[in-house]
Amino acid sequence: MALADFLPAAGGGLLIGAAASGLLLLNGRIAGVSGILRGFLAEHGTAFRERVLFLLGLIAGSALYALFSGQYPVPRSAFPAWLLALSGLLVGLGTGLAKGCTSGHGVCGLARLSRRSFGAVGIFLGTAVLTTYLVRHWWGIY
Amino acid sequence: MRQFSQFVCGLVFGLGLALAGMTSPQKVLAFLDVTGTWNPALLFVLGSAVGVTGLAFHWILQRPRPVFDSCFHIGPPGKIDRKLVAGSILFGIGWGISGYCPGPGIALLGAPGNPETAVFVSGLLLGSGLAFAWPDQQAKTGRT
Repeated sequence: MALADFLPAAGGGLLIGAAASGLLLLNGRIAGVSGILRGFLAEHGTAFRERVLFLLGLIAGSALYALFSGQYPVPRSAFPAWLLALSGLLVGLGTGLAKGCTSGHGVCGLARLSRRSFGAVGIFLGTAVLTTYLVRHWWGIY
Repeated sequence: MRQFSQFVCGLVFGLGLALAGMTSPQKVLAFLDVTGTWNPALLFVLGSAVGVTGLAFHWILQRPRPVFDSCFHIGPPGKIDRKLVAGSILFGIGWGISGYCPGPGIALLGAPGNPETAVFVSGLLLGSGLAFAWPDQQAKTGRT
């Protein structure tokens, strides 16, 4: 892997870590996006507004990056829409049941040395690798 | 201040995801596709994120309370139960299909010219809502 790939990856991870640390230090909250999304669906009043503000910040941050770098994410042309919708449904249901995703379990949970998070990350990484293999190399969908 | 810091932390998180390449499902899938042209970049994203967070959390949790709240909202370390295993399997399948996880999926709603994520996030909202309807194992055994 070239240095040009490694540096932004490590730098991006640094910012993600800074944001998760900042949220715990300032507001005492875990920066798990699926957890914040569950709160967004279930909470009312101030708690709801706080979830919305984090999610809006998330959208603004990625838009800012696109604006300044000029790198816009390119959608895939041949990827079926129903498969995207199914993928979203499984991700929502799965992270709802497991109470965490790549940020909640993957970043904050591993950082806390939580056993549940080590279990979750091992399982979802393994399943994702297997699924990607099947979808790409058996099914031929890219 | 609480609400302002929610927004700023979200913003830095979103910047980080984009800089790291997590908002490119092609890059994420290139990491998951170990039998293809494997791209290990995500290991460095996770490594540096967990490194920073691990050190900072250790220090932060020694404080009596967070800056803008009266306590830390962190549950006790739970067990690996059936719900965690089933949920992680379903999440892994969904993530492996499209290369989107919740953070990048939502972050990309602000990127112009990418209708993919609107479809993904619609499914994401529906799935998250469905998870609330799932019967709770502990509640059930507690009743009988």
